[in-house]
Amino acid sequence: MRKWLSKNMIRIYAGFALLYIFIPVAYTIVFSFNITKKRNINWQGFTFDNWLNPCDADGICAALGNSLRIGFISTSISTILGTMIAFAIGRHAFKGRSSVNLLIFLPMATPEIVLGASLLAMFLNFGINPGFWPTVIAHVMFCISFVVVTVKARIAGLDPKLEEAARDLYANEFETFRRITFPLVLPGIAAAALLSFALSFDDFIITNFNSGTVSTFPKFVWVSATRGVPPQANVVGSVMFLGALLIVIAGQLVNRKRVR
Amino acid sequence: MESNLKTLQKEQTPSLLKNIKLDFTPYLLLIPGLLWLFTFFILPILNLATTSTKTRSASYETGSFDQTWRFLNYVDAFVENQDQFYRSFIYALIATLLALAISYPLAYAIAFRSGAMKNILLIMVIAPFFTSFLLRTLAWKQILGSQGPVVTVLQNLHIMKVGDTITATSFSVIMGLTYNFLPFMTLPIYASLERIDPKLIEASGDLFANGLNTFRKVTLPLSMPGVVAGTLLTFIPASGDYINASILGNPNTKMIGNVIDSRFFRVVDYPTAAALSFILMAIILIIVSVYIRKTGTDELV
Amino acid sequence: MADEVSKFVQGDLKLVNLTKQFGDFTAVDDLTLTIPRGSFFALLGPSGCGKTTTLRMIAGLEEPTSGSISIGDKNITDLKSYSRPVNTVFQNYALFPHLSIFENVAFGLRRRGIKDVNETVMKALELVELGHLKDRKPAQLSGGQQQRIAVARAIVNRPAVLLLDEPLGALDLKLRRQMQIELKWIQTEVGITFIHVTHDQEEAMTMADTIAVMNNGKIEQLGSPSELYENPKTIFVANFLGQSNFLQGTVESEANGETTIVAHGIKFTMPTARNNASTSSVKIGVRPEKFRIHDVGSELPGNLLAGGVVTDISFVGVSTQYMVEMPWKQEIMVFEQNDGGAPNIKKGDPVSLTWEPRFTFALDGE
Repeated sequence: MRKWLSKNMIRIYAGFALLYIFIPVAYTIVFSFNITKKRNINWQGFTFDNWLNPCDADGICAALGNSLRIGFISTSISTILGTMIAFAIGRHAFKGRSSVNLLIFLPMATPEIVLGASLLAMFLNFGINPGFWPTVIAHVMFCISFVVVTVKARIAGLDPKLEEAARDLYANEFETFRRITFPLVLPGIAAAALLSFALSFDDFIITNFNSGTVSTFPKFVWVSATRGVPPQANVVGSVMFLGALLIVIAGQLVNRKRVR
Repeated sequence: MESNLKTLQKEQTPSLLKNIKLDFTPYLLLIPGLLWLFTFFILPILNLATTSTKTRSASYETGSFDQTWRFLNYVDAFVENQDQFYRSFIYALIATLLALAISYPLAYAIAFRSGAMKNILLIMVIAPFFTSFLLRTLAWKQILGSQGPVVTVLQNLHIMKVGDTITATSFSVIMGLTYNFLPFMTLPIYASLERIDPKLIEASGDLFANGLNTFRKVTLPLSMPGVVAGTLLTFIPASGDYINASILGNPNTKMIGNVIDSRFFRVVDYPTAAALSFILMAIILIIVSVYIRKTGTDELV
Repeated sequence: MADEVSKFVQGDLKLVNLTKQFGDFTAVDDLTLTIPRGSFFALLGPSGCGKTTTLRMIAGLEEPTSGSISIGDKNITDLKSYSRPVNTVFQNYALFPHLSIFENVAFGLRRRGIKDVNETVMKALELVELGHLKDRKPAQLSGGQQQRIAVARAIVNRPAVLLLDEPLGALDLKLRRQMQIELKWIQTEVGITFIHVTHDQEEAMTMADTIAVMNNGKIEQLGSPSELYENPKTIFVANFLGQSNFLQGTVESEANGETTIVAHGIKFTMPTARNNASTSSVKIGVRPEKFRIHDVGSELPGNLLAGGVVTDISFVGVSTQYMVEMPWKQEIMVFEQNDGGAPNIKKGDPVSLTWEPRFTFALDGE
């Protein structure tokens, strides 16, 4: 018994850590089925109503729509720009490499509140009102660095011999990129896009500074928190969780199929 | 002399052209992204720097400020909010250490002790963080709240006195911070652990024969890049956070983020907010650069 | 375009004054070499001797600092690697992990715009006896199978020159032996010039018709495996290919194609043609297996080393290895076949060593 315990200590510890991670998620999911109108604090009974009518809470679907739109647009832009930078860093020699690395690192080393506040201050200075597009601009800005880091890691893990082999087998620079480099880096780009979307969708601090009167899902939750978060918000959170789970599992399966 | 120069130029031209042609691609790839970062990150920071030395304009109109280069703004802002600064960094430090204590064994277990479950466990670590972090923080507030299950049980067992709370304390704020930035700690550590060749650990098992020594001399040093990246990615956002302090804290657990937020939106005192942001960023950059130098990890980005 | 090149460029591979510098370091130093069409050629040397850099320059993956590379009459120095009629089998195979085995082998053909690749690819796969695995992914194959696919992927293009970069390094000993034979067979089958880079002298000697031993970016000696082994021209070659015993001496006389050398006060004879030294101070070399070991008093005719004492005996299966200490404290290594011919000798026994003069070679002395 003692031997088993010492042998499995780390697994048990990891189990508790996972439990800690999951408790609030489980709570969120469970309370998405609660019978309640506004204050979703005490368990009143089980219902599917909230799942069937997710838009019943005032403004939640408009906020969700904005979040999705901002998420998609800023993910597309930041993934493209970040991937380009990652390829430049990972596959080319150029002057000023360390300055570029610093410029990529700095936004990640800056607290969100500083990012959000400084951007808002500049928008105001130039007479630009906060809103949808300023929010997209802000999201792209803080997502780029994460995309660069993610894609760069994938490129660094790529054996340069594969590209040499392609060139050796009559593929010119473009064909080598199209047939070998890009397909092999693609999982990294997909992971970066997913991360980017998650960061954008879940961002509150920077969004709160730059979105003005445009509502997003986190803003909706924040505003309603004072009066009680409606169970529909839990539904959205649960769907996000399940959606992410699905995408990641599907990604794993596709990946396995590609290698095998 | 002149003809000499000409022949020299003639000879050099082809190789020069070749070099230029080779060097074009990376810049084309870099320019759009870097331009974006320059315009929407560097310029705003510089703009913030100028804002930080402004003073309220004579008309006392809300939101109107004059540039007076008053650097004393920094001193005022810092002195006035010392406690919040101090609290922010202490909270962030404790949360980072707790997150490390939770994440390292977790990442280690996933990397070396999970077998076929590896990918599933990894997904289980990542997926919860797609549920809005505000919702999860609010969930903690309710789980730990005075009507929540934890307090009820503890009060019935007479471990807690009636009227005492878990929420609205520095404990709950730190717990929230720890929780929210956990994946930023776990994933880099996992990534660096996974890169370690298991043969190295086996080889060390042969040489030192002792699990703890193997860990100390082989595994830990090799996973240091992940630990450094993870602690930074946790410490930095934690020190600037104000959501956890707002939801899980009380007026005496206010962090510097809360102050900056209220200066911006409630008091409309942009210069002080800017000065505070700058002080926060400066302190973080100093801590980060000292930390990176001490741990000797340059390859962070 | 690439297809035309590979179809019509045939002939000997010529490297002329080929040099590659990385900063201050000269990896390949003014190398001039002709490799005849259709030969199996090995570049042999320790790591860092410049053999892989030479190979990469031939493949077009590295740009020479100076010098030229040509195949037949066609100068290919400035051609991109994808326009050269040269293919490579990479060290760790570099199979494309996201493509099937079939698509890996078809890759080169498709890039050259060949429409119907099916038959050619299957033929190449049959040649390496792996046709049944065409739909698998590289990760599902064993090391030996991956190695064969790497060969098939290269030779399917019928290049003028096939480069092999330590192709067997990742395989275990038994598989390596088997692949050595198979590669040799494939080379005779397809008749393409093979250039094989390796640090394994045994591998080079087993497979190649001609070996170039490289050291410090230069070729030390070029020749057939037996030439290099029996008559090495430098100490480096003598030690890199097999083992050698050396005795420091001086040339005393030369007559009738026979040279007499005195070392440690003893006279030895050898064919003058095998004296590679340029001075009268020489090192005479004898391979360990050329010695015969005798009880004192029962020596054979030939060169004689008397007064030795056996200090160590180790049994290595086909032969027994003796360490014999000479009166001047030098240890001589001797291999005797375990065919019952050698006398029953124990550690500490006094012995004499003899060898036939024709096995002696001589190099520059100190």
